Amino acid sequence: MDVFGCFSLLLAFVCAVYAFVGGIFAIKTRHPLLVKSARQAGMATCVLIFVATFCVEYLFFTDNFSMAYVVSHSNRDLSTFYKVAALWSGQEGSLLFWSTLLSVYVLSVLIAYRNKNGELMPYVGVVMAGVQIFFLTLNNFVENPFKTLASVSASGVLEPFTRMDGNGLNPLLQYPEMVIHPPNLYSGYTGFTIPFAFALAALLARYPGEKWIHLTRKWTMIAWCFQSLGILLGAHWAYAVLGWGGYWGWDPVENASLLPWLTGTAFLHSVMMQEKRGMMKVWNVWLVFCTFLLCILGTFLTRSGVVSSVHAFANSQIGPWFVGFIVITLVVCLVSYVKNRDYLKSENQLDSMVSRESSFLFNNLLFLIACIAVLSGTLFPVFSEWFTNNRISVGAPFFNKVMIPIGLTILFLTGVGPLLAWRKTSSDSLKRNFGWPVIVGLIASIILGVIGYRDVYSLVCFFLCFFVFWTIVMEFYRGAKVISARSGMSMMMAAHELSMRNTRRYGGYVVHFGMVLVFIGLAGAAFNQDVQKAMNLGDSMKLGPYTLVLQSADTKVEKNYTAQRMIVEVLKDNKQLMMLYPEKRQFQGNEQQAGTMVAIYSTLREDLYVVYAGMDPDANVPVVHAFLNPLVKWIWLGGVWVVMGTLLALMPNRRAALGVATVPDTATAPAPALTPTATLREGHD
Amino acid sequence: MQNRAKFGVGIGVIVVALAFLAWLGYGESKTYYHTIAEYQALSGSARNHRMRLAGTVAPGSIRHVTGGTEFVLEEQGKTLAVRYVGSDPLPDTFVDKSQALVEGRPSSDGRFVAEHVQAKCASKYEAAPGGDKPAAPAAATQTSSM
Repeated sequence: MDVFGCFSLLLAFVCAVYAFVGGIFAIKTRHPLLVKSARQAGMATCVLIFVATFCVEYLFFTDNFSMAYVVSHSNRDLSTFYKVAALWSGQEGSLLFWSTLLSVYVLSVLIAYRNKNGELMPYVGVVMAGVQIFFLTLNNFVENPFKTLASVSASGVLEPFTRMDGNGLNPLLQYPEMVIHPPNLYSGYTGFTIPFAFALAALLARYPGEKWIHLTRKWTMIAWCFQSLGILLGAHWAYAVLGWGGYWGWDPVENASLLPWLTGTAFLHSVMMQEKRGMMKVWNVWLVFCTFLLCILGTFLTRSGVVSSVHAFANSQIGPWFVGFIVITLVVCLVSYVKNRDYLKSENQLDSMVSRESSFLFNNLLFLIACIAVLSGTLFPVFSEWFTNNRISVGAPFFNKVMIPIGLTILFLTGVGPLLAWRKTSSDSLKRNFGWPVIVGLIASIILGVIGYRDVYSLVCFFLCFFVFWTIVMEFYRGAKVISARSGMSMMMAAHELSMRNTRRYGGYVVHFGMVLVFIGLAGAAFNQDVQKAMNLGDSMKLGPYTLVLQSADTKVEKNYTAQRMIVEVLKDNKQLMMLYPEKRQFQGNEQQAGTMVAIYSTLREDLYVVYAGMDPDANVPVVHAFLNPLVKWIWLGGVWVVMGTLLALMPNRRAALGVATVPDTATAPAPALTPTATLREGHD
Repeated sequence: MQNRAKFGVGIGVIVVALAFLAWLGYGESKTYYHTIAEYQALSGSARNHRMRLAGTVAPGSIRHVTGGTEFVLEEQGKTLAVRYVGSDPLPDTFVDKSQALVEGRPSSDGRFVAEHVQAKCASKYEAAPGGDKPAAPAAATQTSSM
């Protein structure tokens, strides 16, 4: 099976090269058969990568300990669930997994558009094949997962050998989220290849109009959704497994996943400017290019460890490859842009500071500044070493200082932007649209301030959250009222009908609502408390309204690990509430490895987060570290809404029933300044 | 044209304000990376910087004392005495012979006082048997706070 897999991978590389070179000839000659064969080579590449991936999984499931990769990342006792995840627990497998997920996208695109957009698709195929060639080069020649174990025998020849058991999977990865988090994040990283391929192809082919944006909207949203989910799952994993009480530490790997998300989010907004007003064409193309490059950079930072350790870059074989690929891609993008920039002329100019356009402009600007801030903070050690020979890093205070104001301003625009009219908004409509949301926001933040949430940034955040929430409620209410009045439906049914008729607009509002919930959760971080104590059996400690009593401790032997478990009773207002069981797990393997299992009692108001921090070496009693983290649950709830909103926005619009007019755009109704073409495209709002 | 000027001013104000905040954050959190040998050669004000040092935990050197944990880091024959005083529990991967990254400042008694410790279990995750490539950067655990 290893030979078979290795051969598939090599053949996939050959096919990708054919798809690339053949595709270029197909574009030059426009020979239909050549176009077809290049496309089919692209499909074959994908299928062969699937075969190779299946082979790696097969080797894991059959406990084939003659394979170096299997030995490093699995053992006999590892459960089936984690044997699947072992594929992406190391370098070679992760890179193969990248190729696999990319292939899912590439194959879907090739099949979905095989008889459509004949002018554009050969270009798209060539760009996608180019990206695949890069990753297949790594898979085949740099980080091949099909290496067997071998030792030099007495006669000086290499002889393969087989180990009895493997080293096991990194205990930090033995957690359910670790099985779903990397596929999500990687699906995000790889997914942005598709809009990139279409954008570059449209530029190269000088493909007319905004069609590439319509074609890639779905793909961009799918990638964006996976990326968002991946980031949140990663944060949740850090929260539940690492045991330091937080979910985001501005770690280079975390930052790497945030970067393409920031530019991707900016892109999802700025395309509306191009669709509605024919503006920001150059900007959009470059946002897609940057998003893709940041995805590659993110993969590179994650896999090479260039930032986290001084020596990692030199040790890593993939570093120069990634830098080379990024440079080549950048050069290709620049050259294509310079050659074809006349095709990206803007059709309109900004008319007013208080308009939908300007809110999009500022939204994009802030996302871009956020991206630059995170990028420079993350790469600061690398650049400072280049320029000053001193390796200097910046930490959480740097990121928080810059990102909190940016985040709050973007949140503000989330509420304001959708209600501003295109071109220019009258002060009358401002009062009508924003009077109530401002009042609701003020009342809510005053109440929260009175009951004890006293922190300037947090109160501003709460105000904005309620402000945005109320603008969204009003949008649904107004639309639903019109439908309800005309068709006699109940308000709930009308709101549903409304969402289905313009899924993009109302799906967007649902995503915004999800982000409001996330922001509420983030604002809670200002009020975190924690307490740590070495506890004898029967001892207690207080944290907020809770009293923790250490009842007893026990040891639990499982198949793959032994757990030391603390049994902690939680009292609230002197009434028994529940039991919590924080653990330390010692995993079997050749070395001592431990893992922390945090016990969390989570409510909408706060999380009680209890860690068994180990034995106090002097008194030889267990140390319990407890955190009280307000509002954290809102972040995860927000994530659910973000996903639901994206799914809604991906659904096709339902047509309005006969005789029922479409709902007017509330913000633009009083200012009938829309051009006729824009009105016709209302469905894409 | 007047509109353009307005936008220019708006954008300028945002950029300048954020750059100022970034500069404040930079001053508050900048940390120098040094090897242990470089650290020992430092003199004057450079010794008062916040810094980050890496090394291997000397076997048997981890001692828990009141108010913290003391251990010795080794790198290329040089050793460094460290006292960890952070409030977070030390990571599970922090054991004898693990690779550790400590962050903090030197103290007057010659010890390096660390507020954060990251550790990764070198022998376990880095070298695959039969291969010699590093793998799995996810092995590093982190103690820090948001």
